[in-house]
Amino acid sequence: MRSPLLRILGVALLGAAIVVILSIKLNAFRDYQIAEIAVYVTAIAGLTVLTGLSGQISLGNGAFMAIGAYTTALMLAHLGWPFVAVLVVAGIVSAATGAIVGVAAARLHGPYLAGVTLMLGVALPFLAFVYPSTLGGDQGLNVVYTQPAFLGANFPLTRWQAWVSSAVALVVLVLLANLGRSRVGRNWRAVRDDEVAAALAGINVAQARVLAFVVSAACAGLAGALLAVITALVAPGAFTITLSIALLTGAVIGGLGTLFGAIWGSLVIVLVPVYATDVATSHGLSTAVASNIPIAAYGVVLILVMLIFPQGIQGGVLYLLRLLGISAARPSHEASTADAMPSAGETPARPHEKEGTQ
Amino acid sequence: MKRSRSQRLRVPAIAVIATAALAVAACSSSSSSGSSTGSGSSSSAALTASAPGITATTITIGSHQPLTGPAAPGYSEIAPASAAYFAYVNAHGGVNGRKIVYKYLDDAYNPTTTASVVRQLVLQDNVYAIFDGLGTPTHLAVESFLNAQKVPDVFVASGCDCWNQPATDPETFGWQLDYVREGKILGQYIAQHFAGKKIGYFYQDDEFGMDGVKGLDMEIPKSMVVARQTYVPTNVNIGPAVAALHAAGAQVVVSFSIPAFTALLKLNGLKLGYSPTLVVSNVGSDPITLSGLLEAYAKQGGATVNGNQLTAGIITDGYLPTLGDASNSWIALFKKVHDTYDAKAPFDGNVLYGEAVAYTFVQAMLKAGRNPTRADLVNAINAGLPQGPAVAPYAYSSTDHAGVTGAYIGVINNGVETQEGSVLTTDTSASGAVTTVTATQQAAPASGIPSP
Repeated sequence: MRSPLLRILGVALLGAAIVVILSIKLNAFRDYQIAEIAVYVTAIAGLTVLTGLSGQISLGNGAFMAIGAYTTALMLAHLGWPFVAVLVVAGIVSAATGAIVGVAAARLHGPYLAGVTLMLGVALPFLAFVYPSTLGGDQGLNVVYTQPAFLGANFPLTRWQAWVSSAVALVVLVLLANLGRSRVGRNWRAVRDDEVAAALAGINVAQARVLAFVVSAACAGLAGALLAVITALVAPGAFTITLSIALLTGAVIGGLGTLFGAIWGSLVIVLVPVYATDVATSHGLSTAVASNIPIAAYGVVLILVMLIFPQGIQGGVLYLLRLLGISAARPSHEASTADAMPSAGETPARPHEKEGTQ
Repeated sequence: MKRSRSQRLRVPAIAVIATAALAVAACSSSSSSGSSTGSGSSSSAALTASAPGITATTITIGSHQPLTGPAAPGYSEIAPASAAYFAYVNAHGGVNGRKIVYKYLDDAYNPTTTASVVRQLVLQDNVYAIFDGLGTPTHLAVESFLNAQKVPDVFVASGCDCWNQPATDPETFGWQLDYVREGKILGQYIAQHFAGKKIGYFYQDDEFGMDGVKGLDMEIPKSMVVARQTYVPTNVNIGPAVAALHAAGAQVVVSFSIPAFTALLKLNGLKLGYSPTLVVSNVGSDPITLSGLLEAYAKQGGATVNGNQLTAGIITDGYLPTLGDASNSWIALFKKVHDTYDAKAPFDGNVLYGEAVAYTFVQAMLKAGRNPTRADLVNAINAGLPQGPAVAPYAYSSTDHAGVTGAYIGVINNGVETQEGSVLTTDTSASGAVTTVTATQQAAPASGIPSP
């Protein structure tokens, strides 16, 4: 398995096999959770590439999810296209919006960029209130999506949802992993580490930054489309600023800039609140206390991960593997699993990029 | 290449990580198997596990509630109050000997979370029914799922008339007075008592406000309405809307608003020296909540006000007996239950609501039979329920899934709402008249538990 592409595909196939086995073994609610996790993986993978590789922050990726979700709802309701086509269009529409935001973003840095994307995340869901006849206002739009007939009437819907969502998530991960290893990914890292140096090396800095936003928005749009069909509803209440912040939190907890980190982060976001609720309710705590335990648990996990593994869970996993003497985990690799610090000092990559661009 | 060795080793490493990741997901699967779906015989004496969520000793029901987040203040009291009434029933023999287990999960008023927690309750915890799911956008996210799964979806905590669609959503039932009926009842009162005055509307820009306005417009002549202003619940800057009502010279303002915005309406008006007569929907007029909010907001603005003074004169409506009426047998019952099982919460409108809707559920369960299936519960409600704690009868039939059909007009004074005039009832059509309910409400059963 010399070729990175073959290796990535191999891992993806392994992931697909695990999802299929789990979805058959586990109950219907766990299938639904797998679908939920896949939605978050899709969105967080896009964000972790944007923030971790190109060095731009976004507090507005929930808004891109909303765009994907509403596009899906409107197309399924009015056009009746096949879901795959709808999914592609949802991704394209979000990507186009991402391009517009990206043009503004390319001129902004740090807190200013955070501010602009925050505004997007807060304001965009309100369009639903401005155009209630088209977008359904506060109560949103119903999304009718039935599973294909060839599965038979007794095939559990949640298992099908888990399969579809996981398939999309895996395709996105494979594409992003390749992108991260390609010239585009190297350009992003160069821009992140030193814009002036990157520009001197012949990289079109603005173009690289806009492209990162486009990719990230497309992923969020796909995630939104999946979310729309698994929850069967799009409503502004589902795309509040809390969602955008949850996505960023997931990326950071998992390990910024790493695709495996996106998976860890999604597992934490989806599973921790459910566990915490189960624990809290089974110990007979009063409602006022019990209902806040999941939020507290979420916070504790965030603090602990940041204290113990500043590189996120994936950083911690790599560290533990290294302790166990599994040298594969050495962060020498240039691809998406490498974290910011070691690759920053990795100068030999530069000449390649120079030769690659222009 | 130096890298190739490490790459070869990476494959098992990645496999280990992937397996570990999914093992985490796998571990989380509590091995709850689907409970048996039994036959629906109701004649046999022995208690059987007749439906998912029903065992010989328990009935497990679930709900989604905003226990945290923006909708939590006030609304988070409802589910514990329902649980308090169920605890009372359980302590007095339960429903046909079965104890009610009420599992309500937090959805933070986010439809995505609602979709998730309700699937957890139905697919994993195998609840018998979803009871009192709170909120319009949140519950809409699960309505079609519950109907597809044939799970009874009873007494949704929202006045949207969207729950009354027995043809497409046969499992779903509303409970509280819907906003269209409420608008008609308030509208008739305004048309009769404020003839010739200029009327302004102030309402939440969603189905809650718009349904209410629909009802108001059926009763109030269009020529009387001089201004229609809306707000969205996430924007507290309602100054321009209040100024517009002021500028239009509205002498009476009808407000379909949640408590926070009723308080803001009042305070913004005071700032402009504008004090129209306020007519506020039931949802936004709980005197205890309002008074607290008024004092808190004024304090934030550096002023001190007396909340009860500011709420004086507000006209509203109620479909449950007034809280302050200690002589009412229903209030006495629910106060007793509250003091025993939910004493930490204030005895306010939310608690009364939670207990009253729980009472209705017990009514329906007793009617559903000794060993009910899920269909038995739906059929029992379709056959109609006797009037309970609400001041007007329920509308339930196989073709009507709306709940309470009427209310009285109330006036707030000294922080207490008092009933004015008799109970009024109507339907949701433009032609249906608002009429007086002549029958007096039956007293609460002495045992506190509905008779089958």
